[in-house]
Amino acid sequence: MTTTMKPGRFGVFGGRYVPETLMANLIELEAAFEAAWEDKSFKADLAATLADFVGRPTPLYFAERLSGEWGGRVFLKREDLTHTGAHKINNAVGQALLAKRMGKQRIVAETGAGQHGVATAAACARLGLSCRVYMGALDCERQQPNVARMKLLGAEVFPCEGGTRNLKVAINEAIRDWVAHPNETYYLLGSAVGPHPYPTIVRELQSVIGIEAREQFSRREGKLPDAVIACVGGGSNAIGIFAPFLDDKVALFGVEAGGDSPQHGSCTLAHGRPGVLHGAFSYVLQDGDGQITGTHSIAPGLDYPGVGPQHSALKDSGRVRYEIETDETALAAFHELSRIEGILPALESSHALAFARRYLRENKGKTVIVNLSGRGDKDLPSIMARSTGLPARDGGANAR
Amino acid sequence: MPADLNSTFDRLRAVYRKALIPFLVSGYPTRERFREVLRTTAQFADVLEIGIPFSDPLADGPTIQAASSKALAQGVTLEGTFAELREHYPKSGPPLVFMITYNQVLAAKNFIARCNEHRASGLIVPDLPFEEAGDLRAQCEKAGVALVNMIAPTTSESRARQIAASAHGFIYLISVAGTTGARGEFAPETLTYIQKTRALTDKPLCVGFGISKAAHIQQLRDHADGFIVGSALVNAIDAGKERELLDELRAACG
Repeated sequence: MTTTMKPGRFGVFGGRYVPETLMANLIELEAAFEAAWEDKSFKADLAATLADFVGRPTPLYFAERLSGEWGGRVFLKREDLTHTGAHKINNAVGQALLAKRMGKQRIVAETGAGQHGVATAAACARLGLSCRVYMGALDCERQQPNVARMKLLGAEVFPCEGGTRNLKVAINEAIRDWVAHPNETYYLLGSAVGPHPYPTIVRELQSVIGIEAREQFSRREGKLPDAVIACVGGGSNAIGIFAPFLDDKVALFGVEAGGDSPQHGSCTLAHGRPGVLHGAFSYVLQDGDGQITGTHSIAPGLDYPGVGPQHSALKDSGRVRYEIETDETALAAFHELSRIEGILPALESSHALAFARRYLRENKGKTVIVNLSGRGDKDLPSIMARSTGLPARDGGANAR
Repeated sequence: MPADLNSTFDRLRAVYRKALIPFLVSGYPTRERFREVLRTTAQFADVLEIGIPFSDPLADGPTIQAASSKALAQGVTLEGTFAELREHYPKSGPPLVFMITYNQVLAAKNFIARCNEHRASGLIVPDLPFEEAGDLRAQCEKAGVALVNMIAPTTSESRARQIAASAHGFIYLISVAGTTGARGEFAPETLTYIQKTRALTDKPLCVGFGISKAAHIQQLRDHADGFIVGSALVNAIDAGKERELLDELRAACG
């Protein structure tokens, strides 16, 4: 595998670029994770949690009618069917168990679409841990159902008003909270980003998606798929499904959010350049002075100017190809899956679907697995607002 | 080696004085006021720290965050800061140290050479822990610019020894676990931690984060070589009272 545990580098990318105050925490976390990952009782606890609380394994669903429409064979890895409705729960329960094992009682997390916040709130409720979630004020508006869910699950939700009012700002605030309370706090980071060891921890916990999908597909079809497709914001669902396929002859596609115009999106890998954001050296959307630039996507979970360092390495090595789909093509795919298959996908996952459609148009008859990373219930307010002509609260074209 | 920082601390130690290190956000609050504040601060400072504003600072509290945002909104850049200092920083002013994030360092062309041209004696890169600093440290050493290492209350003793051993210029001692910002009183643990660090090294130790009044300096002065004052100075600039604050802090440093 083109992955490493030490020293936290993926090629030239990764590392840890944090204030000195946090270094002791990262060193402690690295040791705790390595020990837990070797410990059979921790693994057994995690496996039982994934089975009985999360609802794994999730199905690999053959979307027959959609396949007919798109001219290939489309399989959906149904992460939308997990408890709390997205792949985020795989990582949240794993890290919450780790925090408990480390004796940390206070959890802080960031969230973009709210899915990681809801998953973390649920995991904390189950383990009796206190939970504070930072969320950009714009995202609080456009993902109201998730704000309510987090509160009902006992979490404190802190809307972040600064700057871009989205995921980037929520991560800034969560890290500042952690800097201020390093001893008692566990920072439960939700994507494969951030300083070492987070990108590795998140990949390991999300790899369950790819391990299951690979096994389910080969058992059913007696071979491997032609392509695996996943959306990329920070990149946790993508690295989770890609990791077990990295050494196979399977094409891997990560799909970034192009927003409402080619130059006004969140396409970190396509348009960024290497730099440091939120503790890791990776591709970053920035200006010539190194200031981080604003992003836009209808999908809050993809609305981020950074990306996990392993994706940067996979881009540069050419092992994974990174493509772009826009608000418009993602919305079209959202409606198509809803009408044809009876599944409401998250707007994030809709970007992966949109690319699958494009890929099959150019590669007739191929077999693809799309990581359906989450369900679309959380997006109803912004989708309904668009389709009824009411102002959409997504900061996008319709809101301006 | 950074001659002017070393000679500054040697000179101060010889007369039992402490270094006053005011921190200014470049270009804050306006271009005109910054020039005025820069001249005033240079009269009181032993070393002057200039922060290059960044869009997403992680170690800063609300005061410096707001000041940085305001400066950025007015178009303050690294190049602009160099130009301002060239024009408006007194020739006889104390040594300059830049505070800048690693992403900005990576984005800047010939940064270290340009620091040298602009009389910067040192660099503080708050998101660059010493293990990751190898490349930059080598460049700094070659150019005679001090890359200032930081130690925090959470830093283990063995790690603090390593950090101290590779330190140049001075060691920035983060007083409390937290972000920058004016604070009330320091807890007794802060003093213990400074004393423990003092026992590890003879290099100059300068305490920052939360130093906001003369009483703080008086409480800690026997155990450190200097004091960095940022957020409290921003507040004083906002109130038009920077001279009063600097005067008070100067007196406490001796």
